[in-house]
Amino acid sequence: MTKILKRPDSLKPARHLYCAGCGHGIIHRLVAEVIDELNVREITIGIAPVGCAVFAYDYFNFDVTEAAHGRPPAVATGIKRVLPDRIVFTYQGDGDLAAIGTAEIVHAATRGENITVIFVNNTTYGMTGGQMAPTTVIGQKTATTPFGRRPEYEGYPIKICELLSSTEGVCYLERVSVNNPKNVIRAKKSIKKSFQNQIDKRGFSLVEVLSMCPVNWGKTPIESCKWVEEVVTKTFPLGVFKDKTV
Amino acid sequence: MKKILMQGNVALCEGAIAAGLDAYFGYPITPQNEVAVHMSRRMRELNRVFIQAESEIAAINMVFGVSITGKRAMTSSSSPGISLKQEGISYLCGCELPGVIANIQRGGPGLGNISGSQGDYFQAVKGGGHGDYRMITLAPASVQEVYDFAYLSFDLTEKYHNPVLILMDGYTGQMMEPVQRTDRPPIPAKKYKKDWVLDGCKGREPRKIRSLLMNEGELEELNWKLKKKYDKITDTEIRVETINTNSVKKLDVILIAFGVASRVCKGAMNIAREKGKKVGLIRPLTLWPFPYKTIEKLAKKTKKILVVEMNLGQMVEDVKIAVGDKCKVEFLGRPGGSIVNQDEIFSKIK
Amino acid sequence: MSAKIDKERCKGCELCVFYCPQKCLKLSEVLNMSGYRPAELINEESCNSCGMCYIMCPDYTIEIIKG
Repeated sequence: MTKILKRPDSLKPARHLYCAGCGHGIIHRLVAEVIDELNVREITIGIAPVGCAVFAYDYFNFDVTEAAHGRPPAVATGIKRVLPDRIVFTYQGDGDLAAIGTAEIVHAATRGENITVIFVNNTTYGMTGGQMAPTTVIGQKTATTPFGRRPEYEGYPIKICELLSSTEGVCYLERVSVNNPKNVIRAKKSIKKSFQNQIDKRGFSLVEVLSMCPVNWGKTPIESCKWVEEVVTKTFPLGVFKDKTV
Repeated sequence: MKKILMQGNVALCEGAIAAGLDAYFGYPITPQNEVAVHMSRRMRELNRVFIQAESEIAAINMVFGVSITGKRAMTSSSSPGISLKQEGISYLCGCELPGVIANIQRGGPGLGNISGSQGDYFQAVKGGGHGDYRMITLAPASVQEVYDFAYLSFDLTEKYHNPVLILMDGYTGQMMEPVQRTDRPPIPAKKYKKDWVLDGCKGREPRKIRSLLMNEGELEELNWKLKKKYDKITDTEIRVETINTNSVKKLDVILIAFGVASRVCKGAMNIAREKGKKVGLIRPLTLWPFPYKTIEKLAKKTKKILVVEMNLGQMVEDVKIAVGDKCKVEFLGRPGGSIVNQDEIFSKIK
Repeated sequence: MSAKIDKERCKGCELCVFYCPQKCLKLSEVLNMSGYRPAELINEESCNSCGMCYIMCPDYTIEIIKG
């Protein structure tokens, strides 16, 4: 049987502006493949973040809206409550979700909004030039932690999956990564589950995806993949943190 | 329908519901807590959406979400909470989306107090949020007007794809007056074209909604488009009431006030007229677009205009722009949540 | 049947080269229009269309037809 692997229908042919080796490209493709496979492209509404993925509406081939920084979960709540049969998902980076948007994500989770959240964690603020993110790991040098992140000055990284796992309203939380093929395959399964949960009206699902940011990390794409394996997963272990479906 | 006694905050809810409100989002803040409390019951009874949001910021962004689908959403707050909503308001304008916001003003600045005030005039009509945008700003002065303007705001916001602000104050919100509810049905969903909504791309090309325009000249083009829209609104949507100004050739004093201050002015005006003074009143119902031309025309009929506001002098600046040097413009203000009284207004008239 | 690479889309990130189990990919010596060295097959025969390159590619540059 002939099987073709090519650009999914839910992605436009336009070249995207992400850096070489950036995880966003892989994650966009996984989300698009899942939306194609679940056959929900025509009823999906995505919410783009402020961050490198701000132009997501130019890359995804379905309805997508902009939102103010950090507010996608509130925007998603508004959409989903008036159009409950549409598939609504947010796509957010570390600043958007874990800094300015902490209140919105916690409360959307607490309310058990039947939405899907794709949380891209690359431990840095990519778009603005690599400043410290809430997810920057201890010792990591960034534009605003030139001496490395130190707990006594900059505190500790925030672990969103762990944080939200105590919330009743949450159905499913998993942390995955896109730094090697095995992890990418697992990430796709997780993303698919998070959309399937919404179709099945199971409640709030969030997939935290550890991603590479070669330019701001000052590493090659391959070195960045290794760094995720060797360093990032030590602070952010992969795995399922909550699953009400089992 | 029979007239019923209604609180201002409740009339806001009922007028919006009569217009066809689909979703309300709010956060408690005095003096408008009755809005969320009333909506929490009424919207659920009607099987519509009510959420007590985690913050005023979340609430305005929930409005944004509903608005992109073409459905009707409203949020309300009081002064400090409206400050929080400014970014969201700018986004609604930049994305050309509808949405109704009600500000039941309280004393400020800062945490202030919970009494009614008119200190947010500048915030409402001179920006508040960032960028070049305008919001149609309605200033009701009675509970009946609150109800009527709430209904009207949904028509205007959908007609112009622009948020509308209902500028009330703690007094108007808390007072109770008889209200004649409307027999009109809700505004039809298809009254205005909705070929921009995001509701899933079945049967059409995907759409996007955004205000980030990075290509050369694109954002400037949007701004000029907004200007054209705002000019059209200025030409067609000014609403102003004039009392005792038309039947005479010359007036001694013209009072100008909006909202609850205008009601106190009416009392002072009547006292003055009983004593033989020729006093009239101009009451803007829309603070933006502002009735510059009406004021300019009537300024020629008088030696003195007295602007009465419950702030340190905000609308008076727009009055001065309208009047130029045609007559003297004086100001009487009570800021910080205090209310003007007719004796002090009368003493400035004579 | 093997991988087809759109060399103008490729940004030369080398993830496909690194993760290919058959080690049959390399970066070209010739720059594309964007100034990157795009990935290319060293030889068609060693590609067994496993799809690892497609899985890792961030730019949906690669098409695989497996029969």
